[in-house]
Amino acid sequence: MNRLISISTYILALLWALPFLGIVYMAFKDASEQGYSLTFRNFIDAWNAAPFGQYYLNTIIIVIAILCVQLITITLAAYAFARMNFVAKGFTFMLILIQIMIPSDVLIFPNSNTIAQLGIYDTKLAITIPYFISAFGIFLLRQTFKGIPYELEEAAKMEGCNRLQIIRNVYIPLAKPTYLAFGLISVSTQWSNFLWPLIITDSDENRPLTVGLSMFAKASDSGAQWGIVCAGTLFIIFPLLLAFLLFQKQFVSSFMQSGIK
Amino acid sequence: MRRSNIVKENLTAWVFLLPSLIFLVMFTLYPILSTFISSFYKSDLSTIEPIFIGFDNYTIMMKDEVFRKAFINNVWFTIGTVPTSVCLGLLLAILVNRTFVGKALSRVFFFYPVVIPMVAVSFIWLFFYTPDYGMINSILKLIGFEELNLLGNSDTALLSIIMMVIWKEAGFFMIFYLAALQNIPKDLIEAARMDGASKWRQFRSVIFPLLMPTTLFSTIIATTNAFKTVDQLVVMTQGGPNNASNLLLYYIYENTFRFMDYGRAATVTVIVLMIMVSIAAIQFFTTDKKIHYS
Repeated sequence: MNRLISISTYILALLWALPFLGIVYMAFKDASEQGYSLTFRNFIDAWNAAPFGQYYLNTIIIVIAILCVQLITITLAAYAFARMNFVAKGFTFMLILIQIMIPSDVLIFPNSNTIAQLGIYDTKLAITIPYFISAFGIFLLRQTFKGIPYELEEAAKMEGCNRLQIIRNVYIPLAKPTYLAFGLISVSTQWSNFLWPLIITDSDENRPLTVGLSMFAKASDSGAQWGIVCAGTLFIIFPLLLAFLLFQKQFVSSFMQSGIK
Repeated sequence: MRRSNIVKENLTAWVFLLPSLIFLVMFTLYPILSTFISSFYKSDLSTIEPIFIGFDNYTIMMKDEVFRKAFINNVWFTIGTVPTSVCLGLLLAILVNRTFVGKALSRVFFFYPVVIPMVAVSFIWLFFYTPDYGMINSILKLIGFEELNLLGNSDTALLSIIMMVIWKEAGFFMIFYLAALQNIPKDLIEAARMDGASKWRQFRSVIFPLLMPTTLFSTIIATTNAFKTVDQLVVMTQGGPNNASNLLLYYIYENTFRFMDYGRAATVTVIVLMIMVSIAAIQFFTTDKKIHYS
């Protein structure tokens, strides 16, 4: 019985692996030869056929810019919600939670209007700005901050630290695991983001990898080019998969926390 | 002294919240409001200034074939992806929650689709499905069957996309179930076993009820995903053939950027917003917050 379960697990795992193995197979296949011979040509051709270097750079800039701004906004907001008393606290928190309920993905129509009105269409700012606040991040960090003993804050106060110094010296160091979890989620979500940058960009200068790949694949829309498209797809996947394999535990636990996203 | 402290604390708190609130208003709160308002106006390429038309956008939309198609497709898409990927997540979790050779590798294989961008997944499966060169057709040809154009046929396009989404999402729910399974006290199962309960009975009467919060919560997430992710349509079918795989968010995208029918785009956005709010309300009333939000 146990053996039977193991075998079915292997079969399922293989089935799950198959699509990925399929494109790896195609990406390394030499299309000009009969049968199968290994080649790197598809990768070289793909890299030369579209400005993938630029796309990589764009994605990295976008991902880092969003993360940096988010870290500042969520830290300040999470601290206020966790440790300060102010007018309309509950109401403000409810407003923030609306963003968890209604993800910006479904607001493409009004948000693209806003971008047009701001006159920042086809800029990296337009791609990043809707993600500068993360209700999920505020929520997550607020929970962590609340769990930090208040005595530590008082001790820092006695030593003459102001609020910002308290946040920097007490809260941020103790919330490192939460920051790591949030960072992994933010980076992998933004690395994968597609529809919004597709709508809001119109030049290779600003396109991230995901949009660049779809443009590139559309242009080379024929069967003979499949090896190149597969190679291009691997360009996007590779950094994420590598990060996942290296930090498996952190990835899984961060994705678990992302459940409330 | 005391009073000035309160004022100061209020001021500081609002300064801390200001950056978040600015972006929240700009890209969540104001857009929701403005969409509601736009949905009462006629606004497209033939109207120079938006004209107030009350509920006309809604009544016209209800009669629109493509909208109805996209709506019904979205319902089928939800029915097709949600229970299957959640159940499969549970099954996978049970399968890998044992000690066996290759346990770690199996988990990696089940989870990696979660990490990969939807666009990349779409290209992988496009290659899978494509006629002539695709993997499925090569296999079909090999065993002597006729070729199938799965994405190009209105009977199979949506189903093909559903299969792909299940493949991508099941691993996500697997990790939640895995954590939940590991949290079940061993002595509970032991007690059931001592009472002579069969494996199936143990699962049905002890394990499954304890997994209920995870099931509810996974169902909510899967349902939300079914309405907010349409990357795959841009890559694979463009909603076609003949709108057979069109979904609500993609229909919004088409109305905004292809047909420039802004009144329609706003109206459909309102519908999607209402669906999102209903999902959140269901979550609010069914989930015991102590369990998941620790």
